[in-house]
Parts: sequence; structure tokens; C-alpha cells
Amino acid sequence: MAGVRSLGALSRITAKRYNVLSDISCRTFSVAPAMSARTHVNYEVKEDVAVIRMNDPTSKVNTLSVQMQNEMIEVFNEVLANDAVQSAVLISSKPGCFIAGADINMIQACNTSEEVTKLSQEGQKMFARIENSPKPIVAAINGPCLGGGLEFAIACQYRVATKSKKTVLGTPEVMLGLLPGAGGTQRLPKMVGIPGAFDMMLTGRNIRADKAKKMGLVHQLVDPLGPGLKSPEERTIEYLEEVAIQCAKGIVNKKISLTKEKGMMQKVQDYVMGIEFVRQQIYKTVTAKVMKMSKGLYPAPLKIIESVKAGLEQGPDSGYLAEAQNFGKLAMTSESNALIGLYHGQVACKKNRFGVPERPVKNLAILGAGLMGAGIAQVTVDKGIHTVLKDTTVEGLSRGQQQVYKGLNDKTKKKTITSFERDFTLASLTGQLDYSGFEKADMVIEAVFEDLNIKHRVIKEVEAVIPPHCIFATNTSALPIKDIAAASIRPEKVIGMHYFSPVDKMQLLEIITTDKTSKDTTASAVAVGLKQGKVIIVVGDGPGFYTTRCLAPMLAEAVRLLQEGVDPKKLDALTTGFGFPVGAATLADEVGIDVAAHVAEDLGKAFGSRFGGGNVEVLKTMVEKGFKGRKSGKGCYVYTPGLKSKDVNPDIEDVLGKYKLTPNPLVSSDSDVQYRLVSRFVNEAVMCLQEGILNGPVEGDIGAVFGLGFPPCLGGPFRFVDTFGANKLVEKMKRYEEVYGNHFTPCQLLLDHAKDSSKRFHK
Amino acid sequence: YRPHGLRQSFTYRPHGLRQSFTYRPHGLRQSFTYRPHGLRQIQTKSKKTLAKPGVKNIVLVEGVRTPFLLSGTTYADLMPHDLARAALQGLLHKTSLPKDAVDYIIYGTVIQEVKTSNVAREASLGAGFSDKIPSHTVTMACISSNVAMTTGVGLITAGQCDTIVAGGVEFMSDVPIRHSRKMRKTMLALNRAKTLGQRLSLIGSIRMAHLTPELPAVAEFSTAETMGHSADRLAAAFGVTRLEQDEFALRSHTLAKQAQDAGLLSDVISFKVPGRDTVAKDNGIRPSSMEQLAKLKPAFIKPHGTVTAANSSFLTDGASAVLIMSEEKALAMGYKPKAYLRDFVFVSQDPKDQLLLGPAYGTPKVLARAGLTMDDIDVFEFHEAFAGQIMANLKALDSDWFAQTYMGRKVKVGAPAMEKFNLWGGSLSLGHPFGATGCRLVTTVAHRLLKEGGQYGLVAACAAGGQGHAMVIEAYPQ
Repeated sequence: MAGVRSLGALSRITAKRYNVLSDISCRTFSVAPAMSARTHVNYEVKEDVAVIRMNDPTSKVNTLSVQMQNEMIEVFNEVLANDAVQSAVLISSKPGCFIAGADINMIQACNTSEEVTKLSQEGQKMFARIENSPKPIVAAINGPCLGGGLEFAIACQYRVATKSKKTVLGTPEVMLGLLPGAGGTQRLPKMVGIPGAFDMMLTGRNIRADKAKKMGLVHQLVDPLGPGLKSPEERTIEYLEEVAIQCAKGIVNKKISLTKEKGMMQKVQDYVMGIEFVRQQIYKTVTAKVMKMSKGLYPAPLKIIESVKAGLEQGPDSGYLAEAQNFGKLAMTSESNALIGLYHGQVACKKNRFGVPERPVKNLAILGAGLMGAGIAQVTVDKGIHTVLKDTTVEGLSRGQQQVYKGLNDKTKKKTITSFERDFTLASLTGQLDYSGFEKADMVIEAVFEDLNIKHRVIKEVEAVIPPHCIFATNTSALPIKDIAAASIRPEKVIGMHYFSPVDKMQLLEIITTDKTSKDTTASAVAVGLKQGKVIIVVGDGPGFYTTRCLAPMLAEAVRLLQEGVDPKKLDALTTGFGFPVGAATLADEVGIDVAAHVAEDLGKAFGSRFGGGNVEVLKTMVEKGFKGRKSGKGCYVYTPGLKSKDVNPDIEDVLGKYKLTPNPLVSSDSDVQYRLVSRFVNEAVMCLQEGILNGPVEGDIGAVFGLGFPPCLGGPFRFVDTFGANKLVEKMKRYEEVYGNHFTPCQLLLDHAKDSSKRFHK
Repeated sequence: YRPHGLRQSFTYRPHGLRQSFTYRPHGLRQSFTYRPHGLRQIQTKSKKTLAKPGVKNIVLVEGVRTPFLLSGTTYADLMPHDLARAALQGLLHKTSLPKDAVDYIIYGTVIQEVKTSNVAREASLGAGFSDKIPSHTVTMACISSNVAMTTGVGLITAGQCDTIVAGGVEFMSDVPIRHSRKMRKTMLALNRAKTLGQRLSLIGSIRMAHLTPELPAVAEFSTAETMGHSADRLAAAFGVTRLEQDEFALRSHTLAKQAQDAGLLSDVISFKVPGRDTVAKDNGIRPSSMEQLAKLKPAFIKPHGTVTAANSSFLTDGASAVLIMSEEKALAMGYKPKAYLRDFVFVSQDPKDQLLLGPAYGTPKVLARAGLTMDDIDVFEFHEAFAGQIMANLKALDSDWFAQTYMGRKVKVGAPAMEKFNLWGGSLSLGHPFGATGCRLVTTVAHRLLKEGGQYGLVAACAAGGQGHAMVIEAYPQ
């Protein structure tokens, strides 16, 4: 699910809501007179150093908006013209943010690739002027310096950054299906070397300040300060400015040299990279790797490689041109549109639309220290919430405690936290076998076995000991919450919180409310989820809620395909080839065949024959034989501990042979197999919206992508319908319907969209 | 336990650098010239005495210390208990105390020699004290001997004891350097191995990496930051400039030199080091010039830091000891006490960003306890870990914003007057044997009160772990 996880990094790029379209139109008349009073960029001359300060008053973060750029150019011209100024320092006066990136909406407002190319070229021009400035400019970085912000910083002559955890540098454009379009693909390879530059631009990952220093991305680090005569944040920025001014002066009076003495390693590396054959090999290797990981479904990485190559092989002019043109092309792709849509959706799903809960959850108790329970504890305990982990056996409990410890200890090994922080965090975790202390709990999340009787017993036990305000959340993937709440004496405090495994890696949290769940209970559950760092969708109650309900028909179809003789490896290849990060057969193994059987049976009962397809008996027989998936070492595949590659479970042949079906050649081409799987998923998602389970298409897309691994390049089932065309999808489904019947009957809402092409889920 | 950050990590040697300084008698020095009597005499105190009805008066009878030497010099071949023993013998000699008249002996130390982990016991036995006198060792980083003294105060107040010897010792010329954890594990397993085969296989498992030794931590355990680094950040947070720090360092050395030359450091005993010469003077006092100090590169935060070898305290060997008694017992034994030990506090705060702000937190608290104001204090003795740390503490004490935001006070207490502050030098110049400094500070306050004729003195010190100590001392009526 790496693909899904990497999307999480999207949250770090920031778009600013810029609804003032007039701002964009004023770009063409950039000599607008209204510029006299500058609001975003200002400068002050300290001795002979101009301190240029950025601050977007309309937002929490700075973005390279049109306004910011125009004012920057103006200030830059003044600084160049001012004879009293020898050098300049570029700094943000916003605590904790340098420049979070370009303004996405600026790009989205363009209608043609030419317009976007022009935007890119203007950016290139501006940064070229910075780079060639006769007066040295020092970028003083505190907080995120991403995308266009990083491209700005690397055009400056010198960079000083704070060693704060908030200071991260990176080029996350690739995660929006774009490329660094303001000189990034040209400057980075020269600055950090070709492999380093590819790593940065193709993964889009954030680089911490100390790593950036090692890579040569920044020249000097400044420690964040504690309290003094001013608040730590304020004084740290002041200190950063002081150090940056010293650097600027040092460059002017030649105390600091801009040409760094190269070490032996560096010289060797430069020499090797000077050989054309080596470079060609690198392009080849990187391209092959990208193709393997992206299955060719994502155009941005390839365009990044292309742009870098153009610059290195044909000179800067071709390089910058290639960058600008590729940027224009990418901005018009459906993939970029989908990824940007996900980004916006993710931002929306990180807000609590139910308001501030009456009382914050300070004490949280978790029942069941299994994989799920311990996972929930793991993401809670380091958020300043006292966490109780309760199990019924010492063995179960200590396994869970070890899981939490391991999660934190892995962070220590990666040096994201110190061993002291690990210990300190663990002090907020209490492991126990009884209900002592539950009278102080503000929320209880149960993660016990998925059995209604057990859940009923637990809810009664818990309600006997918890205070009246305490919320009872149940972590289930399929049992309807109202059935669980039936045993409760206060159903308004009962809510579903469906986490995804592994909890510390999967970003989604599906919150399920019943008719009786109070608004404050929902607000509280969302607040806890947000604290845990989750992307949250809040859905209505019903069998399988949203996510499980979408997945079930797709898995049923996958089982049918297996019965029809499609090899698990082939099935995986077809699904990943469509863009799913994990193949359908592997997914079944990961979820657990027993869970899948359980869900298929439950939902089959609830929704009737529409959820049919594969025979549930296949799954049941597998479970009987002990093929429960990865956890039992055998499922569709055989898993050998320590071995990464896996072989198809040979014994599965017998099971499938018993339930063999004859495939219909009319609907069994590779493409048909893909669309049979996807159309059932998508149809069910649309039906959830139709039935009001879903609040809107945005949450539907986010839930499918972040919870189930729906291809991010398609942006989610609803965006997929918009892009692919509801009519085309319905057409395909009708063809499958003829063969398989109601499994493929399109729902009314989908039919409506097919009938009227102007109807779209996303505007 | 937390060694107080061997803050000048083992790789860098401050003394080497300092040897090149030339001593200049002129310049700034004159402005620091010690003035024995000033306007203070006409000040009226908020309180005539800090004696409280029903509370025993506890007195400092005498305080001594060995000369504080740069580590690796004359004391290099000794062991910690040798130094502690020398201090104890000096105390016995100076007070003519009968060797069985003490009820309890307490010592403070930071880096423990594993062979003498209860160094108080080893030193007191060796010094010839009666073997019937129990003794224990305490540790609280740079304020370890402060804890030794206050533990004694507690025992007297509780009526358990009447006569206490407290002290501190630190020996940085030798520190326990251990085998790596892997090597230790193998060696311990080797101990338990029964057959030759088992032994050989264990020996065979030793790799080159096992041989890397483990040095005592130079960093704060909770934050992994060295103390010098934290001091530099602290100085920057309070906007303390390099110039201010160098000036303060120069002041410390200049005043220490004056005090030494004038024979004011009467707590120093001379010590015949076995196999070496007799030492009678501290050897780290080196007044220099501002130009020389300005030449040094920052030692911790490079290249823009402000803390250098010269404006930090250096690694020091030394020991101290004090005799503390209930007033009645002291008088009954015919002693003339030097001072009363009055209110004291221990404070602690964030070990990351406020590591060295103990004096800023402790001072207002102890003044409030004693019911005194800053003006009532005639003698200030603050532990100088770094010049930048002292300046930061003074600025914190003088800031209403800091008092309100971080100390929960309505107003600042104000900074101590510099003409009352560390007039006989401080840890920057005299040296700072971590475990021994507390007793030096208290003894110096007592001696200065006697010499200068003041009534109240204040001791304040910071310590690793973000802790601190402050104590009010009242002159004994002469």
C-alpha cells in the first residue's frame, strides 16, 4: 500500500484558497497601480543588508501567489537599485513557514497547457534573475520550504535553515502529478547530484534540515532557541535573521566562499557523472524503476526524468524549455487533476465539520490488544492522550504492548524521536486486564473479536464502569453499529470507528454514525481521529458502511475470476496494472480470508444476490483448510517468513477445482476482467451516495483511495466516473449484466449521470 | 545518574588554548577593582535576622578546599577519594576537630569512580575519622555538594545529628571509560561459560566493533544535547553577545587573580601531592585581554556560536569540605561560627531550553522564602558554568516578561548588583570540580560577609538536568 501511504505526504503541500480570480487576470497587467501599498513582501535595510520579509496576511502559510510574486519582483528591483545595499536576506516573518509552495489554484485556473507553460517560464525568469543577482541573496529558512519555495531558495546564493522539526525541504510536485516547474529540474541535479535530485523529485519526500545540510542543499544550520526575553518562535526567527545577515556580509567581504572546496568523494562523483555512458545508465535505471512502480500510469515521473535529461545533455536552454513545456502538459493531464482533487479532498477531510466537542478526550481506553487495538494505542499515546490498553490475557496484552513499544522504538532508530521521548511517551500507556480506572475514561474504543454476541457482552460490561459522558466507539469493519448499539443503555454515545490495518500506516478512519448518535459524540470521535493524524470520512450506518461495502462486490468478483481459472498472479497483475497499489488476491490475503468470508457472508445476507458472484464456499473451504491469508502463512499465496517473494499456494488449485466455473469469452479479456472488478466497486460507491450513506463524492473518493487503495491516479470512484464517462461505464456494465445478471446492474444515480453528460460528481 | 555533561567534551582542551593568553594587568581590569566598603552600609535590611522561633540555628563553622587544578595537571595520578581525603584532613587540621566528634559525613560527586562509589566512606576512613561515623555519597550534577550540605542541615533540623561534615569532590583527570555494551555482554557471558568450547566460541564472537570504548556521556541524557551547546543556545535566546561573554570571563579571571594575590582565598589549603610538589594555589586563573579572547573560535555551535573555550568553565580536579553544626553545639565546643545557613530551595525546569536557568528560578523563590529583597543581599556568589549562562540568568532575573511568562510572578526581582557579584572570581576562573563547587560557593559567601561586613549572602547554581539551587546565608554576629 506504499502508493497510498505516500499520498499522505500530500498533506504537506499547501494550497491556498484563492477565490479572487481577478488576481490572476491582473498578472497580464502587471504594472497595475494598486501595487504601491505592499501587503505580502517588504524590506528593511540593516546596515548594508536588505532584509526582505515575506508574509501573506490572508493565510496561515506563504505561497508563491501572483500577489507574492509581483511584490517580490518589485522589492527585488528596488533592492538592486539601492546603492546602500550590498546584499540581501530573504526570510519569512510568519512563524513556522518559509514558503509552502506555489499556489495550486493559480495552475488550476489555467485552461490550456500553453498558459501553464507561460506561468512556468515567468517563474523561471524570476528565479534566473535571483540566481544572477550581482548582490548575494541569503535565504533564511524556518518551517516548510517546499515546491516553488524550494526552487526560490535554491536560486539564492546561500541558504541558512533552522534545525527545527518544522523545517523541511522538498519538491512534492510529483505527488500532484506535476514537476518542479520553476527551474527545479535544472538546478537540483547540479546542487545535490543526479541521483540525489532524482530521489527528491521522484519521491517528493520531505527532507529535514540536518539531512539537507549533508546533501548540500543548505549551507548552514541554526538551532531553534528556547525562551529568552521573547517567545521562542519570535526569538528563533530573529536569531536566524541575525545569522543570515552575518552570512550575507561574510559573502560580500569574501569571508565566506560560495565555491565550496570539493572533497575527494565529490570529485570522484563529479568525474563519474561526467561520463555520458554513466548518465545514460542512470536515466535507464531510473526510468525502469519508475515504470515498475507506476506501471506507466503516472506521467509526471517520466516527464521529470525527461526534463533533467534535456538540461544535462542539451544544455540549459533546452532544459528550461523542456521543463516549462512538460509542466504545461502535466497540468492538463487527468492524473494531475485526480491527484490535486485528492489533495483538496484530504485537506477537507482533515477538518472537523461537527464543531468542537463539549469536552476533549484526555483519557482513552482501548479494549483488545490485538493488531488493531495496539495499533490504535500506538497512534494515540504520543498525542498527549492517556491511553489504557485492556486485554483479557497477559499474553495478548504483552503482545500488544510490545507492538506499541516497537512502533516507537522504530522511530527512535530512525532518529525521528529520542529514546527519552520514546520512554516519556510510553509513560502515558497503561496495560491492564481489568476495568480499573475506567471511571475516568472519556472514550472507550473496543477492538475485540468481530462477533455480535461478544460485542454486546463487552458494551454491557463497559457501560457498567464508565462515567456518563464517556463515548463508546466500536471498531468493526462490517457489523452494523445500530445492531451493536442495541445492547447499549445510551445509544447516543455509541459510534463506529473503523480503522484500517496497519493502523499506524493507513491514513483513513471511517467514522460511522447511527440515527441515535449525538452530534457531540461525532464531533468528539472526529476530534480524536484528527489528533491521531487520520484522514476522516463520516458515513451513515448500514451493512459494511461505505468502505467494506465497496470492497465486498469487488472481492466477490475476484473470487469468481479465480473460479473461472484466472491465476492469482495474473489477477494481481491486472489489478495493479489498473493502478491499485495491491493486487486483489494479495489484498484478500492481507485482509484475511476468514475476514473476507465473514464479510461476504454477512453482506450477502444483507444485500442479497446482488453481492453474489464468487461462491462464498470457496473462501469457507480455504478457511477450513487453514488458508487464512498472510497471518496463517497460507492463503492465495504461500508466505515464508523472511522471504519477500511469494508463490501461489499449490493447494488452492484443489479448492478452486471443486468450484470451477467456465469463463465466458465475451467478457473475459484482460480489460474486461479489470472493468468487471472496478465497475462493481464503483457502482457500489455511487449507490452509497445515492442511499445517503456517503455525505458527498469527496469523502467517497478519499475513503476509496486512502482506505482501499483505489488507484490514486484515477482520483477515486467518483472522479473516475467523471473522467471515464458514466455512459461508457454503464455501457460496459450492461454488457456484463447480460452474462452475470444483477451483479452488474448499474444503480439509478449512475444511470442518471450516464443519461446526462453534464451531470458530474466533481465540479 | 547524570554526569553533568563533561561539557568540554574530551576532545577539546580549553587549557591548551588558554596558555597562550598573556596576562595584562591594565585595561578593563581596573574597572573591576574590588572595593571592600561601599554604600551598602547605609542600606536598611527588610529583616534584622532570619532566625525563626522554634527552629534550630544551623551554622557554618569552617569551610576548606584543595586547590582547584586543571585536570591532567598535578593531581593526574590520584584517585577521587585522595582529593576528598585531603580536603577532610584540611578541615580537621583547621578546626582541630576531634576525629570522633562528627555524627555524619556526606559527600557529593558527579562522575563516580566505580571502585569508590561511596567516596564519602572511603575518604573519611582514610582521613582518619572514626570508623563509627556513617557516611554516604549524593549526586545532583553541579549542585551535588549543595545537596550534601542541605542533607546535613536536614539531619540537624530533624534532631538526628549535631555535627556534620559535608563536602564534594570531582576528579576529571581520570574517568571511567567502559568497554562497549556488546563487549561487556560477551565478557560477562565468558565468566559464566563452563567448557573450553563455550569460551572459545564466545571469544571468537568478538569483532572489531566490540572494542570501541564507551566514554561517559558528554550530553544531557534526556535531550542528547551537550551542555556547551545548550549554553550557546541559551545565550542566543537572551541575546547575550560574544563581547558580553568575553568581558564577563575576563572579569572573572581578573577578580580571581586579585583575590588570589590579596590572599583572600583563605579556604584553600595546601596539599602535598604524593610523588609531586605541594600545591597551594588554583592554577586555572589566567587573566587575558579582550583581543586574545576575541580570537577564539566558538567551541560548540559553529561557525556562528558565541560560547568559546575561554568563556566556559574548564575541566577541573578538586575537593571541598565544610563543618556544619547546630549553633548551640558549635558554641558548646568553643567554636566561633562563620555564618548561619538559612533558607534554601531546589528548583528544576525544562532540561532542553532552560537547562542552565536554575539561578533565575531559584533566586526569587529563596528570597520569597526568606522574606528578603534583592537589595537586602550584600554578597552574591553564583556558579559560573559559562559566561553566557551567567549573563542569560541575569537578564532573566531582570525581565518582567520572563518573570510573568515563565515563573508565574507579577514582577521581576531584578538582577544582582555587579559590585556585589562574584567579587573573588568564580567557576570560570577558579575552576569547577562539579561535585565540589557548592561548598566553595557557601564558604566564599561566609568569608566575603566577614571581610566586607555585610549581613546576607546568596548562593545560586545551575545543574545538568535543568535543576538549580539557591541558599541564603546570614553573617554570624562577630
